[in-house]
Amino acid sequence: MAETELHEYDVLVIGAGGAGLRAAIEARERGLRTAIVCKSLFGKAHTVMAEGGCAASMGNVNENDSWQVHFRDTMRGGKFVNNWRMAELHAKEAPDRVWELETYGALFDRTPDGRISQRNFGGHTYPRLAHVGDRTGLELIRTMQQRIVALQQADHAELGDYEARLRVFAECTVTELLTDDDGAVAGAFGYWRESGRLVRFDAPAVVLATGGIGKSYQVTSNSWEYTGDGHALALRAGATLIDMEFVQFHPTGMVWPPSVKGILVTEGVRGDGGVLKNADGDRFMFGYVPDVFKGQYADTEDEADRWYLDQENNRRTPDLLPRDEVARAINTEVKEGRGSPHGGVYLDIASRMPAEEIKRRLPSMYHQFKELADVDITAEAMEVGPTCHYVMGGIEVDPDTGQSRVPGLFAAGECAGGMHGSNRLGGNSLSDLLVFGRRAGLGAASYVEGLERRPVVRDQDVEAAARMTLAPFDPHPGGTGENPYTLHAELQKAMNDLVGIIRTEAEMTEALERLDALRTRVRDVVVEGNRQYNPGWHLALDLRNMLMVGEAVASSALLRTESRGGHTREDHPGLDPEWRRRMLVTRCAGGPDDDPVVPRVVVEPAGREPMRQDLLALFDLAELEKYHTAAELTAYPEGASA
Amino acid sequence: MTAGPSRVDHGVDAPGRARVGARTLRTDRWWLPPAATTVGILIFLVYGGVRAFQQQYFFADERYLTPFYSPCVSLGCASEPGAAHFGMFLPDHPLIPYAALSLPFLLLFRLTCYYYRKAYYRSFAFAPVACAVPEPHGQQLGETRFPLILQNSHRYFFYLAIIISIINTYDAIVAFHHPGDGFVVGVGNLVLLANVTLLWCYTASCHSCRHVMGGRLTHFSKHPVRYWLWTKVSALNTRHQMFAWITLGTLILTDLYVALVASGTITDLRLIG
Amino acid sequence: MSYAGRFRVWRGDDAGGELVDFEVEVNEGEVVLDVLHRLQATQTPDLAIRWNCKAGKCGSCSAEINGRPRLLCMTRMSVFEPGEVVTVTPMRTFPVIRDLVTDVSYNYAKAREVTPFTPPPGLAPGEYRMSQADVGRSQEFRKCIECFLCQDTCHVVRDHEENKDAFAGPRFLMRVAELEMHPLDVADRVTAAQEQHGLGRCNITKCCTDVCPEGIKITDNALIPMKERVADRRYDPLVWLGRTITRRRG
Repeated sequence: MAETELHEYDVLVIGAGGAGLRAAIEARERGLRTAIVCKSLFGKAHTVMAEGGCAASMGNVNENDSWQVHFRDTMRGGKFVNNWRMAELHAKEAPDRVWELETYGALFDRTPDGRISQRNFGGHTYPRLAHVGDRTGLELIRTMQQRIVALQQADHAELGDYEARLRVFAECTVTELLTDDDGAVAGAFGYWRESGRLVRFDAPAVVLATGGIGKSYQVTSNSWEYTGDGHALALRAGATLIDMEFVQFHPTGMVWPPSVKGILVTEGVRGDGGVLKNADGDRFMFGYVPDVFKGQYADTEDEADRWYLDQENNRRTPDLLPRDEVARAINTEVKEGRGSPHGGVYLDIASRMPAEEIKRRLPSMYHQFKELADVDITAEAMEVGPTCHYVMGGIEVDPDTGQSRVPGLFAAGECAGGMHGSNRLGGNSLSDLLVFGRRAGLGAASYVEGLERRPVVRDQDVEAAARMTLAPFDPHPGGTGENPYTLHAELQKAMNDLVGIIRTEAEMTEALERLDALRTRVRDVVVEGNRQYNPGWHLALDLRNMLMVGEAVASSALLRTESRGGHTREDHPGLDPEWRRRMLVTRCAGGPDDDPVVPRVVVEPAGREPMRQDLLALFDLAELEKYHTAAELTAYPEGASA
Repeated sequence: MTAGPSRVDHGVDAPGRARVGARTLRTDRWWLPPAATTVGILIFLVYGGVRAFQQQYFFADERYLTPFYSPCVSLGCASEPGAAHFGMFLPDHPLIPYAALSLPFLLLFRLTCYYYRKAYYRSFAFAPVACAVPEPHGQQLGETRFPLILQNSHRYFFYLAIIISIINTYDAIVAFHHPGDGFVVGVGNLVLLANVTLLWCYTASCHSCRHVMGGRLTHFSKHPVRYWLWTKVSALNTRHQMFAWITLGTLILTDLYVALVASGTITDLRLIG
Repeated sequence: MSYAGRFRVWRGDDAGGELVDFEVEVNEGEVVLDVLHRLQATQTPDLAIRWNCKAGKCGSCSAEINGRPRLLCMTRMSVFEPGEVVTVTPMRTFPVIRDLVTDVSYNYAKAREVTPFTPPPGLAPGEYRMSQADVGRSQEFRKCIECFLCQDTCHVVRDHEENKDAFAGPRFLMRVAELEMHPLDVADRVTAAQEQHGLGRCNITKCCTDVCPEGIKITDNALIPMKERVADRRYDPLVWLGRTITRRRG
């Protein structure tokens, strides 16, 4: 067997985005020996791409804001299928998490009285997003990265070694989780991207913070890392995924030119005055306000324009409807022939404010398009369309501790499921990272502290993981010799075309067939060259995860015969209160004849826990009735009101 | 920046780095800006040197004093009555410029200027001659040792430059007064005025000025006036390089104009008076 | 509109390597990274490239194009003539790992030498009050995406391996400036800038500013202001003279 490095830690965090870093900080501050493993360099994670801000009801700009309002917005945005306990914790704890960042050195934009400034965003009742221009994600990553360095410096001062209690394994990929005889997490197996050396981590607690699945799609705002690793690792380790049918397509990704296809135009553009127009120049969003939001959005362009100046006395523009609504509206406009030349619609801010103002408010947006695409957003309208952005579904976890169904396996951030229901509000992902990153770190620390004995890695698992990792260098005789890049392109096309924003039963079935064919071909994937920084090999291994996740999404989407949030079925267009009570749980099929390379998944419905009465009482009965069955509301507290 | 032999295993060829096989792969004309800088600076130094020691044609029409001779404090300034606004006390010697009190400091102000430092480090010291083009030096200590550590004295030359700019301004203002005709405006007045305005722009856009005005503060919000000054100087500062070059040009042109009028080659056009 | 682009890409590792010629399809609106990805998918599946967001936000795909440090994802193909040979090499200030990927651990080591943000004692979370005017300067520096192109282009380390110990490089001198200008940081940064981070070695030739993909004015807004603060503290000539004399005597 190939030589394998061995490292021992108390808590192993996989992923160095916001959630992973926050979890690691917490575990290390609890005194545990913590390792962070990430596929990229330290500080490059996809969190840097988050632009708009971090939602937290600090009430700095509008003091009417409170956790209750934030909670309501989140549940509404998610169409009431969110894990309400997560939404509650999130709304309550987000302000503390943001303030904590300031103690690490973060510099958010300020209000005139010196507090953290907050901006408007789609789905949020009040200005709520703490931000730094349009590079808030970068600020979060850099702040936590620097916090980790500070903790390492403290360890160096105390113990003479920067990495005594907290080490970052950068450019290192985990290919498999290791469990002990009882099924509890015992460690992880992976390889150094740089050298190709195999590496094994023994750790009683693992926090998955691997982000999303966007690289399974052709048009995506996500970076290459987003291959659903955490989702797939958790499945293979025996954990479950929930809500995998809910995939968010951000309404405003660039559609032209190709160098920026899929890249986001932040919602901040609309929050600051940019409007959507079709090829006829109409502000079409006024025609797409769904019944559940009737009365909450402006009816006329005049009122919408007044709202930018006076938010107390006017209703907001429908350009700021939740993302799923806007994405669907754009999709419809394009389908009905009112799209732009490259298959999008226009997002116009150029004609609505002076160039200097645009550059001041949206500096990195301006800069990005000028540099990447030679497009001047202060002079011309952008061509935008939906792009795969975020997966609401993910690993099923305990809301308070972040623990999955596998003892010792925790998850936080995008790879965990439940928090956002069927649709995430902009700004809620950065706060999600902080709140649940910390909770997962805390959960993992408490779990480790409470262990009577450390789990033991099984040698045969390590050997199997090593074999699997090196398999692409050693194709079996008579194989077809598949090119990983070709397989990836085909997978992306299948997902994009068939499991995209609008879905039908026939397409979903076809998608599953195509994925099944790819599963066979992945076994024959071969790579050229050696193990030293070999991207072909890396992709070949990531393909396993992408296929599993693709199957989970397609299978879940096939079963859910309604439309809700990030899941739109053309053959079942309505919202069905019966489906609100059910969630779809994905797990590995298991069994002796299962495919070892890409294990099959099964999806089964399960019930959702009813919302606690005091939280239910935060909503008007009339609103709840739009989403719930009558039977669910018989216990609605008398006299309660929002 | 001590000169020394370049070694084969040095810099971009150091062990472990990619063996690219070329010192630089730049395909653009990277040598052009440093070459142009060299030419520009040499022209100024030669012209300025000749004029500083020429000791004639520095005062025209009984009122225009060239900045190269301001303040005119040599006993030799007596050759042009009215040129000395601040007394005459330095000995009249061919090797002592008439403006020996200002020229060395103006030279040092520009020599220690953050922009000129960049310019001559690149074009004269080749450290580096252009970005990502290897430099020929064995070691690079930057400004940590004598004499380059003296670059840190820039701010003191800035203070002196302010005084000299005030003197130049005075020169430009008194030039509106002709001993015989009273208040007059000639083309020469406009030339002096434009020159001194641009000199102020160069002096005020200096990095040390920016620091002194407010850059050294941590809390702008507690010093609104200095913050305002800092923002204005900062705006000028982004054009410091431009003013550095413009003023080299205007100094030569202003001096040339005064010299040509003083030597009788051309006549100053009177606009008023 | 597409054409066959001519590329020369450095391939190899720390044992050696060479520039290899390729002909690869180039389409309208693409950047260099798009073309290199096509090269990977069609001709050289094991070509090592470090990249991540492909949107100029993460700072991973730093390399040198026609001898100039650049982000691969931010270099549009339209800046080249269709017939022009585009030469791509790894960054030449850092040890190479393979092909276009270098070992940038120097930068992470330097990051650890900067004293972290030090808030005033007793200031509770949520009580931080800072005015926008006071955070503006540090915010500019926090735009840094850590692509390390400034570190790559800086001749102090590019041309002098031996300076790496004593010189933090523009990125981390800027980090020191960021903390020095942070309205609530109470640590003293000025002496350390000169003595530990090697600010004096910078001779302000502005290559770092020229190369910054975020357009941060590193030299004018971070390095020179830090030099001025050092001058405040150390190069008041009278103090300096006094110290020099006492040192000679002692």
